[in-house]
Amino acid sequence: MKLVSIVAKKYGIVIGIAVVFVALSFAHPTFLTVRNLRNIVLQTSIQGVMAVGMTFVIVARGIDLSVGSGLALAGVMAAGFEHLGLSVPLIIIATLGVGAGVGLVNGLIITIGKVTPFVVTLGMMSVARGAALLRTGGHPISGFERSFRYMGAGSILNVPVPIWIFIGTVVAATLVLSQTRFGRYLYAIGGNEEATKLSGINVDFYKVLTYMISGGAAALGALILTARLNAGEPIAGRAYELDVIAAVVIGGTSLMGGRGTVIGSALGALLVGMIANGLNLMGVSAYFQLVIQGSIIVGAVLLDRLREQD
Amino acid sequence: MPITNGSPLLSMEGISKTFPGVKALDDVSFDLEAGEVHAIVGENGAGKSTLIKILSGVHHPDEGQIWLEGRAVRPQKPGEMLDLGVSVIYQELNLTPYLSVAENVFLGREPLRAGGLIDWKRMRQQVDELLRPFSVSIDPRDTVASLGAATQQVVEIAKALSLNAKIIVMDEPTATLTGTETERLFDIIGTLRERGVGVIYISHRLEEVDILADRVTVLRDGQRIITDRKANLTRDEIIRHMVGRETGVRYSRTESRAVGEELLRVEGLTEEGVCSDISFTLRRGEILGVSGLVGAGRTEMAQLLFGYRRRTSGRIFVHGKEMKSGGPWHAVHSGMALVPEERKRHGLVQILTVADNLTLPVLDGNTTLGFLRNSMLRNMVDRIIERIRIRTPSPRQTVRNLSGGNQQKVVLGKWFLRQSDIVIFDEPTRGIDVGAKAEIYRLMEELLEGGAGIIMISSELPEILNISDRVLVMHRGRVVKELQTAATDQAEILSYAIGGESGALERARELLGENV
Ligand SMILES: Nc1ncnc2c1ncn2[C@@H]1O[C@H](COP(=O)(O)OP(=O)(O)OP(=O)(O)O)[C@@H](O)[C@H]1O
Ligand SMILES: [Mg+2]
Repeated sequence: MKLVSIVAKKYGIVIGIAVVFVALSFAHPTFLTVRNLRNIVLQTSIQGVMAVGMTFVIVARGIDLSVGSGLALAGVMAAGFEHLGLSVPLIIIATLGVGAGVGLVNGLIITIGKVTPFVVTLGMMSVARGAALLRTGGHPISGFERSFRYMGAGSILNVPVPIWIFIGTVVAATLVLSQTRFGRYLYAIGGNEEATKLSGINVDFYKVLTYMISGGAAALGALILTARLNAGEPIAGRAYELDVIAAVVIGGTSLMGGRGTVIGSALGALLVGMIANGLNLMGVSAYFQLVIQGSIIVGAVLLDRLREQD
Repeated sequence: MPITNGSPLLSMEGISKTFPGVKALDDVSFDLEAGEVHAIVGENGAGKSTLIKILSGVHHPDEGQIWLEGRAVRPQKPGEMLDLGVSVIYQELNLTPYLSVAENVFLGREPLRAGGLIDWKRMRQQVDELLRPFSVSIDPRDTVASLGAATQQVVEIAKALSLNAKIIVMDEPTATLTGTETERLFDIIGTLRERGVGVIYISHRLEEVDILADRVTVLRDGQRIITDRKANLTRDEIIRHMVGRETGVRYSRTESRAVGEELLRVEGLTEEGVCSDISFTLRRGEILGVSGLVGAGRTEMAQLLFGYRRRTSGRIFVHGKEMKSGGPWHAVHSGMALVPEERKRHGLVQILTVADNLTLPVLDGNTTLGFLRNSMLRNMVDRIIERIRIRTPSPRQTVRNLSGGNQQKVVLGKWFLRQSDIVIFDEPTRGIDVGAKAEIYRLMEELLEGGAGIIMISSELPEILNISDRVLVMHRGRVVKELQTAATDQAEILSYAIGGESGALERARELLGENV
């Protein structure tokens, strides 16, 4: 019994993926094809990258609800930069800057203004979406140069570039969270902010950084999406924050802070993506998919509570 | 003397308990008669609290039996033992911070008026009555969070007393108390004993055991070493049983410390309503003791110095340079350190490991391009764990699973690692066993030899007298007196702590006289 619960706690996400994988393989013939599996990973890469960013925020006991809107804003800004005639590297840097800037504003209001992250980022969710719509008058801005679209549509060694970006993000973020001082501080802040502050650590500074990382990750997602769609889409990324937070929590990061891994969040995103893909394949209606997605989130949070209890 | 009906009030037999990597209790037996005070002593991590938690149903024994008045009991959860008349004051405070004092004392059993509404008035009166013997000024309507650690402890004790239990267990009840409150507690224990209540008393202060205990049980490494009548044991014998070796327990301070230049100067430090007009200096190589009663503003003064609280006026000079107000980050980077009083809230990240907690203040000096130098950090951790003897199965153990005293050692250890210039210790040896205490004083001396200056807040007058060079005495948020330790005594310090008016010295003598 005890062993089962320990195993479930530690490898819960792997087991979850395995179970869903096997179930879907039997449920639908197309699920278990190279093409479909590749599709799942490809589609997950955007939310996956965002979940990696969100992990930093949640480990430090914050939350960022603005990532979906941030993605939309960064996307239309990227299209704007393209139309200004910026070179591709500059577009990438500027777009990431937009995302990090959104995070910077979040972080500053949260730390200096001492407002709870939930409220601040909920507000930002609306502000960023509104800004994206204003910027474009509600229409997508299309037309990117080929080398930019490569980020969404190209492939290296027969693996799509977005997947490479996803893998790269996971590796880099894992290193940062587990091997650097910064990462260690985030766990400490999430575990006990006061004690961390009293250890002489500039807690506010690091908290702001987490929101910048999360915003930057949303912008990276935006780059992949705009490159793939060949358009900056102001209504993109709606409700992504839910998928992303669900992925992080399912992946074993505690909403109470102080615990969690990047790889867990990445796997969590894969699981969420796999379920969505399966539901699509089986022709489950979009409305019902919403119900299921919502349930997954609530379930994940419940799971988090259970984990916290011992 | 006690009314017995053949079988003892409580008897625990052959209790064993293993946690991952730790045999916390190994075949321990323990019994308690009605009307007796039975003390349990032992080093940090010896298994004292675990034994208590097994009695109260927090933990389940792997092996062993518990009999209550001759009846076998098998507590599954804490509430059950309460109903059977066993009330526990735990080492870690267990109050609900955002409820009022009265609500905490009567949680779950509030007096009701006809109609089922809570009878607030009666509740407050009863709480007032329970608190009266302690002569502390607590409004039953205050939230617990607004009280200092000592006052919270008084509330906790009042709560346990209000349950009219047959057995009262006190796990280091006096750790946060000062002389007067401790004395009140002893009076109360005396009354309980007369009423035939059995008291289990855990403390690292052997002089308290001397005063109170009828019998003493010594635990070491989870095993019972001896149980005997107090009268048959000397204090030295008890210590020897506790540590299982002869030497290293006594600390004798190096005479004539070389005091160097001024490290810190504080001028008129004030926070409205908390501390006013505090001025003093600290030099290299000296220990400045800070004495005072609970609520005198000592902890607040330390937090002001460290920038954790905001000062409304006053200036702080470190190495002659003015330190602007900024947070603890600023203070630490100016060479300050603060070992806080409340380890759970301010000192530790409970869910992280021993190693992570120990290294938190020193990570900035041990990275390459932001990446942790793991082997170096590991060495530091191993060394300090061994030096102050933190009892943990591994550096990767979660701090939450350590015994109370060992958690305190982690808080101390992290600041010994940082080696700051100005180190403020707020009740450093609270809950620390005798052997480790001496080691901690030695580490303090090492800091001094390395050129640091130490401010040590302590409620234990003997500690202040033994360790410090000068003493600041605080009363109602002010420094009322500065004394040279060599030329003062407990009575004089205490007389200023209680106000310093005429007649204070006599009162202080009286207070101490009863105690010795
Ligand atoms: N929940 C737990 N999980 C793992 N180990 C534990 C747990 N509780 C206690 N221990 C271990 O059991 C041993 C005994 O702990 P206990 O708290 O009983 O010590 P203690 O005698 O009360 O010490 P102290 O004087 O420091 O309070 C310690 O080594 C401690 O680390
Ligand atoms: Mg204990």
